[in-house]
Amino acid sequence: MKDQSEVSAHIIEMAAIKKTYDTGKIKVEALKGIDLVVAPGEFVAIVGPSGSGKSTLMNLIGCLDTPSDGRYRLSGEDVSKFGRDELADVRNRRVGFVFQGFNLLPQISAFENVEMPLLFGGVSVRQRRERVAEVLGRVGLSDRMEHKPTELSGGQMQRVAIARALAMRPDVLLADEPTGNLDSSAGGDIMQLFSELWEQGRTVVVITHDKSLARRASRIVEIHDGRIVSDTAVAPRRPGICAFGAPASDSAEEPRSLA
Amino acid sequence: MSKRDLSVVLHLFARSARLQKKRATLTIASIAWGTVTILLLLAFGEGLKRQLSSNERAMGENLAIHWPGETSKVWKGLPEGRPIRPRIDDIAALRDRLPECEVWGEMRNSRTNMTYGRKTINGQVSGTSWIYGDPRKHYPRPGGRFVNARDEEEKRRVVFLGYELAEDIYGKEEPVGKTLLVNNSPFTVIGVMQKKTQTSAYGGQDRNHAVIPITTFKAVFGRDRLWVLVIHTQRSEDMEAALAHANEVMAARYSYDPRDDHVWGIWNTVKGQATSEKIHIGMEIFFGIIGALTLVIGCVGVANIMYAVIKERTREIGVKMALGARRGWITGPFLLEGMLYTFVGGLAGAAIAIVIVTLLGSIPQEETRVLQFLGKPTLSWPIGAATVAILGTAGLLAGYFPARRAAAIDPAATLRYE
Repeated sequence: MKDQSEVSAHIIEMAAIKKTYDTGKIKVEALKGIDLVVAPGEFVAIVGPSGSGKSTLMNLIGCLDTPSDGRYRLSGEDVSKFGRDELADVRNRRVGFVFQGFNLLPQISAFENVEMPLLFGGVSVRQRRERVAEVLGRVGLSDRMEHKPTELSGGQMQRVAIARALAMRPDVLLADEPTGNLDSSAGGDIMQLFSELWEQGRTVVVITHDKSLARRASRIVEIHDGRIVSDTAVAPRRPGICAFGAPASDSAEEPRSLA
Repeated sequence: MSKRDLSVVLHLFARSARLQKKRATLTIASIAWGTVTILLLLAFGEGLKRQLSSNERAMGENLAIHWPGETSKVWKGLPEGRPIRPRIDDIAALRDRLPECEVWGEMRNSRTNMTYGRKTINGQVSGTSWIYGDPRKHYPRPGGRFVNARDEEEKRRVVFLGYELAEDIYGKEEPVGKTLLVNNSPFTVIGVMQKKTQTSAYGGQDRNHAVIPITTFKAVFGRDRLWVLVIHTQRSEDMEAALAHANEVMAARYSYDPRDDHVWGIWNTVKGQATSEKIHIGMEIFFGIIGALTLVIGCVGVANIMYAVIKERTREIGVKMALGARRGWITGPFLLEGMLYTFVGGLAGAAIAIVIVTLLGSIPQEETRVLQFLGKPTLSWPIGAATVAILGTAGLLAGYFPARRAAAIDPAATLRYE
């Protein structure tokens, strides 16, 4: 992987990001200038009503889409001008996606689902096997490796999806309503899993309606009508490391309101 | 394409093929069917073409048959309406002046009695030059021969029989060496013609006549006037010049206007050859188009299946893109699928077609009258090459268009939760 520290210590660095959807006659401005910086080790919850542009933002952060205007650096790389295959590589190496609808491939086993990004990443067969076992173990599904998604519960499917997102050891774990499709008990387990992953030092960005999930974040960014309307640090942060809410990273000093 | 690209594409392809065995089988079967159809069509077309042209050539090639007529123009004080009646010695004169051609005359006597033992047949006897044999494809069966120069010179009483006439007279007996009474004169049978299917003729089918030396004919029937005069050239392009030259020679000998086109009724087979060549090419194009269209239908089917698959797998493709699949890794397996299925289907179809053609080819042609005209289906290299080209293109297209559609999928739109 490329050295990311020489340019920036931040994982996500968005400046004046705009996204306009051109549907022929009407142009819809989904994002009207977003400035967002996320430092390593943060747990950011992006909240906002539907239609506020948070899914668009999530797509841009995850490099599934490119901004119409503005500059976006992901792990120090300016990805705003990247081509399709470069973006594919960035998604593979830098981002781990978790979706509301799980988006597992239904015909193949949990093992093969988790293996997929490793295959794209050019990881050797032996290493793939080790890595899949490791991440499936991490989400507590060591005994479900050969099960197909249809043979798993909703919570288990989402845990396979999280394992898949972790497989390439991405810089950021990006989740879009990860609990939105689960009952409260399974949802609680998933929330707990995200908290644990964050505590272990991973950077997590979650888009959610779920207040209880947002409360677990270290920072809550609220979007309304394509703009960030509030950006709040939440205490306590990283209970295992900084017990008294001291800032865990520089990003804690950043201005939080960018309305 | 790098080694990594190849390994990813192969891996994904193997996985999708494993999951979709039924679809793979159906696709391969449809391509195989299309291939069998096109190959059989082309093979039948080729067989028909070969048979037709061999039938057409059975009378001989590059022949100009001259029927004598009468003058229609006044020439050097001579009136119009004079009949021109060439004689045997004109043949030698023409050969002298046209050394590059073969010239012969023919005399005919239909309704001549031919008797062997107690059996008498009323048939046609032709008196002609010995050089007539090869250009007119009067090939003798093993054990016999055609009339030769000595026969002609010495006015020998020898006769060469068409195979049907020989069978009528001799039945199952071997005619060569036997005596045949022609017009009550004893003749020795020197040969019988090999079988041939003949679709063009003048004055009857060759299989039905008896050929004797022209000099003998004159001696037996007491006639000197030719029924037809025939000019044969080795190359078809020499015919025009030869005809003009021969006309000049004859015009001088018989004092007629060389521009008088009523003197000779001429059948120039070179003209017919060009026409039938065009017909054959037309036939080939016709068969080819039908075959290609059949195959196109097969390929449209394949492309259609692939489109359906892509629509069904849109989300899967979106997920793969989100996980970091490059565009080539998405399209590669589809392209590979299209090409591989086409290849395997084409190979299977070719094998089936070869078996069918071989089986049909083993049916003896003589037994079935139809096959004499239809010919045997024949697979040739050009047919193979054409099929490979069509299949290859079709396979690429069947893979390319669906793949292009797959690559155009917007992952962000696909992954939205519904």
